[in-house]
Amino acid sequence: MIGAFVIAFREVIEAGLIIGIVLAATRGIAGRGRWIGLGVVGGLAGACLVALFAEAISDAFEGAGQDILNAAVLATAVIMLIWHNTWMSRHGRELAGELKAAGESVRRGETTSAALAFVVGAAILREGAELVLFLYGLVASGTSGPDLQIGALAGVGAGILISAVSYFGLAAIPTRYVFSVTSALIIFLAAGLAAQAAQFLTNAGLITVLDRPLWNTANILSEGSMVGRVLHALVGYTDRPTGLQVIVYLGTILVMIALMQWSSADKRRRTLRTA
Amino acid sequence: MQHVRSLALACAVMAAGIGFASANDMPVIKVEMKDGVIIPEIIEVPANTRFKLEISNTGASPVEFESMELKREKALAAGATSAIVFRTLDPGTYDVFDDFHPEAKAKLVAK
Repeated sequence: MIGAFVIAFREVIEAGLIIGIVLAATRGIAGRGRWIGLGVVGGLAGACLVALFAEAISDAFEGAGQDILNAAVLATAVIMLIWHNTWMSRHGRELAGELKAAGESVRRGETTSAALAFVVGAAILREGAELVLFLYGLVASGTSGPDLQIGALAGVGAGILISAVSYFGLAAIPTRYVFSVTSALIIFLAAGLAAQAAQFLTNAGLITVLDRPLWNTANILSEGSMVGRVLHALVGYTDRPTGLQVIVYLGTILVMIALMQWSSADKRRRTLRTA
Repeated sequence: MQHVRSLALACAVMAAGIGFASANDMPVIKVEMKDGVIIPEIIEVPANTRFKLEISNTGASPVEFESMELKREKALAAGATSAIVFRTLDPGTYDVFDDFHPEAKAKLVAK
C-alpha cells in the first residue's frame, strides 16, 4: 500500500506543483477557473489517449515518437510561459493594484489564461500517461488487493493536496508582491521545461551535439529522491545536465528576462505619451 | 553509356545500403520485465553504436523501465512490448530500475 502510494504520488508531484503556481499566477483574472479546469480535463483526456496509443507513438519516427511528442509538448508549454510572463510584466501591476482600475481586457486576460491552461494540460498529459497505465494496471490485473488501489488513490489525493498547499502558500504573499514571485517561479519553471525538451531532442537523435553530462551531483542530491523530484519540477534540477541542457536553461532565462524588461519599458513609454 | 549505367548501379547499391543500415542493421537487445523482476539482470549492449532495446512486460502488473543515468524511461502496460532506440552510448555500466516496482534493479553494460 505504501509502495503504491509513493509511486502514484511521485507521478503527481510535478503536475501538482505546476497547477498550484499557475493558479497563483492568474489570481484576479476572471474566468481563469474555467480555463484551468479545461486544461486539467484536456490533459487527463490526452494522458488517456497517450496511454492507449503508447506503442504506436513509440514506434513512430523510427522509435523516436515518444521523445519527439514530449519535446513538442514541452516546447509549446515553454512558449506559453514566456508569453504569460511577458504579458504579466505589462499588466501585472494593474492586476495587483486596484482591480477596478485595470482595463476590461486585462481583467479578462482570456489569452493568458488560455496559455496557462495549455501549460497545465501539458504537465498532466506528460506525467499522467504513466499514472493512467499504473492505475489502470492495478484495477485491470485483478491481482492487486484493495489496499494497493487505496494506496494509489491516496497518492493522487496527496498530489492534489500539493497543488492546494503551493497555491495557498503563494496566495498568502501580499498582493503587491505575488506576481513578482510567480513570475520568478515561472522563469525557472520554463527554463527547466526547456532543458527537458532539449534532452528529449537529444534522445530522439535530432540534436547530436553537447550531449555529454557536464557534471554529476547524484551523490549530493539524487534526481530520483523526493527533494530531487520537487526541485526537478520547480527549477528543472537534474543531477547530470548535458552541455546542451545548461545552455538551453540559461538561454531561456535570459530571453524571458529580456522580453519582460522590454514589455514593461514599452508599457511605461506608452503611459507617458498618453499622460 | 557504360559508365553512366555502372554509376547509377553503384548509387542504387549505396542508397540501398544506407537504407538497410538505418532500418534493419540496428542490433535489437531484448529485455523482459515481469512483476518486479528484470531479465536479464545484466543487460549487455554495444557501445558507440545505434541499437534498439526491446522491452516486454510479461507480468500481470504495469512496469516502468527507467534509468536516471541514461535519462530514459518507458512505461508499459501488462502484456505490452515497446522499444527505446539509443543513438550512441559510451562504454560503461548504467543502473536501470523498474519505477513501478522499486525493488527491481538491473545493470545495463555497454561494451
